[in-house]
Amino acid sequence: MSAGQGAPPGRRRFSGRRTQTGNRIELGEVLLEVEDLKKYFPMKTSGLFRRPADPVKAVDGISFRLRKGETLGVVGESGCGKSTAGRTILQLLPPTSGSIRYKGRDITGVTGHDLRMLRLEMQMIFQDPYGSLNPRQTIGSIVGAPFAIQRIDPEGGVKAEVQRLMERVGLNPEHYNRYPHEFSGGQRQRIGIARAIGLRPSLIVCDEPVSALDVSIQAQVVNLLEDIQNDFDLTYVFVAHDLSVVRHISDRVAVMYLGKIMEMADRDELYGDPLHPYTQALLSAVPLPDPRKENRRARILLTGDLPSPINPPSGCVFHTRCPRFREELTEQERTRCVKEVPAQVPLDADHGVACHYAGPAAAPVL
Amino acid sequence: MSTALSVESEERAPGGDVLLSVRDLRVRFPTEDGLVKAVDGLSFDLRQGETLGIVGESGSGKSVTSQAIMGLYRGTRAEISGLISFDGVDLLGLGDEELRRRRGKDVAMVFQDPLSALHPYYTVGNQVVEAYLVHHETSKSAARQRAIDMLDRVGIPNPAKRIDQYPHEFSGGMRQRAMIAMALVNDPRLVIADEPTTALDVTVQAQILDLLVGLQKEFGSSIIIITHDLGVVAEMANEILVMYAGRAVERGVAEELFYAPEHPYTWGLLQSMPRMDRLRIERLRPIPGNPPSLISPPSGCAFHPRCTFRDDARLGCAQVEPGFDADRPHPVRCLIPPDERIRIFQTQIRPSL
Ligand SMILES: Nc1ncnc2c1ncn2[C@@H]1O[C@H](COP(=O)(O)OP(=O)(O)OP(=O)(O)O)[C@@H](O)[C@H]1O
Ligand SMILES: Nc1ncnc2c1ncn2[C@@H]1O[C@H](COP(=O)(O)OP(=O)(O)O)[C@@H](O)[C@H]1O
Ligand code: SF4
Ligand code: SF4
Ligand SMILES: [Mg+2]
Ligand SMILES: [Mg+2]
Repeated sequence: MSAGQGAPPGRRRFSGRRTQTGNRIELGEVLLEVEDLKKYFPMKTSGLFRRPADPVKAVDGISFRLRKGETLGVVGESGCGKSTAGRTILQLLPPTSGSIRYKGRDITGVTGHDLRMLRLEMQMIFQDPYGSLNPRQTIGSIVGAPFAIQRIDPEGGVKAEVQRLMERVGLNPEHYNRYPHEFSGGQRQRIGIARAIGLRPSLIVCDEPVSALDVSIQAQVVNLLEDIQNDFDLTYVFVAHDLSVVRHISDRVAVMYLGKIMEMADRDELYGDPLHPYTQALLSAVPLPDPRKENRRARILLTGDLPSPINPPSGCVFHTRCPRFREELTEQERTRCVKEVPAQVPLDADHGVACHYAGPAAAPVL
Repeated sequence: MSTALSVESEERAPGGDVLLSVRDLRVRFPTEDGLVKAVDGLSFDLRQGETLGIVGESGSGKSVTSQAIMGLYRGTRAEISGLISFDGVDLLGLGDEELRRRRGKDVAMVFQDPLSALHPYYTVGNQVVEAYLVHHETSKSAARQRAIDMLDRVGIPNPAKRIDQYPHEFSGGMRQRAMIAMALVNDPRLVIADEPTTALDVTVQAQILDLLVGLQKEFGSSIIIITHDLGVVAEMANEILVMYAGRAVERGVAEELFYAPEHPYTWGLLQSMPRMDRLRIERLRPIPGNPPSLISPPSGCAFHPRCTFRDDARLGCAQVEPGFDADRPHPVRCLIPPDERIRIFQTQIRPSL
């Protein structure tokens, strides 16, 4: 994948900003580069001998590159490290190792003034439209808070700017003095979005921003997120477990399992031609709203439970549940899966797969 | 499932006699802000061995309906009226003792959150055993064996050992399985599953749905599955009931609901969801506005503030309440005449799905 050469025909990287002028697709400048990022959470020591307990390997070596204006979708089962990855990238959690380069500069572990400047450019939108807003603050002060914290005085004053923002996300500016409980789930998510875009950030990590919303409202918020991405030239990391929403909004998608990226590819390629057995199982597990199709479709069932991120399996972390391992591989091949860790998906992979025996599924998964 | 599009009332999908019949069910809660009409005149039938899917946005009255069928509002301030007839017996008219005798044996429930249904201080095994002993005069050891069998049936590995563990020692998917084991231990004739997989990952959801289908085949029980996920009902249900603001707005066999829906709200639901199995569309089509208040619902058709078809003055959507003939095979609560609805679906809606 080389910058400036244009993507192969049929591929599109910038969903929101297709130009009227035709097929030429400009690859934006690189905004973020994450390389071999790890985040381990230490556990309390336990037992008689007080030896240090093993840490939770929440994020265990992930790499990716994000260009300006792009949306990277991150999917995977609960506990696989999606939120931790997002928070670590934003420097809300200190990484255990690895590097995060933002606009070409290593920002791992920056502090003080530099960190404050960085906070202007990076924001987060949370899943829980109830828990993430302080119930005792008015909408005006919630949306205005980033200005106060950063001691920034927008032109025309904070109130006018906040009301402009409220209007932009589809809230009535006259509701400036209302409290969160007076709003529905979808409206609260709009408040969260208004708060996030106030300081004109470049990068927003959206952590399950529509998961708590009903389908009809979900679509409203997804459209809003796409609109403000265009208006403000935003780059998104979009964390979610709903594979249909992720396909809709993402340019590229990373599939995580136990702290690692299993597969990363262009949206259409990932959904159309998944090569990792985990991606295939994940896609085939989604029930489609089409009974005739559902009757015909074979599901790849994963057996067993998700292993613990404290003691992940040896070799390929997926081998304890991998259908290909179970059903297709020879004894010798299996030994490799158990012993040898597949190479990490590299940061600039076009279509990266962390599997020794990557390949298409036996039957179509969708 | 092949002749579904041309069904007349007699030729429904195969199935036994009517097991559960709900007529004009109303559940109201007096609150400080006013009377919440959570369920407002709901009617449907469920046949032996069939699966009914109930879909609708949060707050549309799905859970209240299931709790009312289970008799869980007894002794609360909830005001309930209507008829809930199970195998010919009116459940609302039963005495408390009789209802307890039937609950769990005739009708059992699987909840969204297993932690709220499983007691944290008792082992999983104890709870399944207790559920069994309520309805069976048998020894503790026989009940324990039955519990181990059930845990095995629902796919809990090593059940003889797991039976003595506490709920917090189980993963989310395993807790859900344990609750299903508890619900099925008495071979109930009707299982009500209220968002049984909403809190689970798709991979675990697939396992649980698979399990429910398998157990239904084995035991011939009827299932009501409540969900907001149209994919889940497409996989599970023979018949589908769409709820809006405490009422049924459309009901029909699954094929009709997915391939020939007639209510604008059903159209909106189908249009607003991104589809993984279709070409990607540039922009999603949400239903505008927000769900209505159940204390002072909109006049006329409760959906009219959000409906794109309300402006046809001949209809009078803001004034006239559309009816719902529950005894028809495919009832629809909308003022647009049936032929016109079918035409609109074919010409305007279907091409965009
Ligand atoms: N502060 C913490 N201390 C210890 N362990 C943690 C901490 N935060 C997260 N973890 C663990 O790290 C792993 C990854 O958690 P994370 O919240 O990133 O998952 P996720 O992919 O966002 O899951 P979900 O889909 O449920 O939101 C989990 O095993 C979690 O229990
Ligand atoms: N015990 C209660 N007291 C007052 N209102 C209630 C009570 N239980 C449910 N409701 C209200 O009834 C409506 C329907 O709720 P519910 O059936 O839980 O919706 P859902 O369709 O999401 O399952 C909601 O407006 C809810 O707030
Ligand atoms: S490396 Fe082996 S176990 Fe891992 S996903 Fe590939 S085939 Fe399965
Ligand atoms: S009655 Fe009118 S407002 Fe209600 S669904 Fe039909 S067209 Fe829409
Ligand atoms: Mg998370
Ligand atoms: Mg509910």
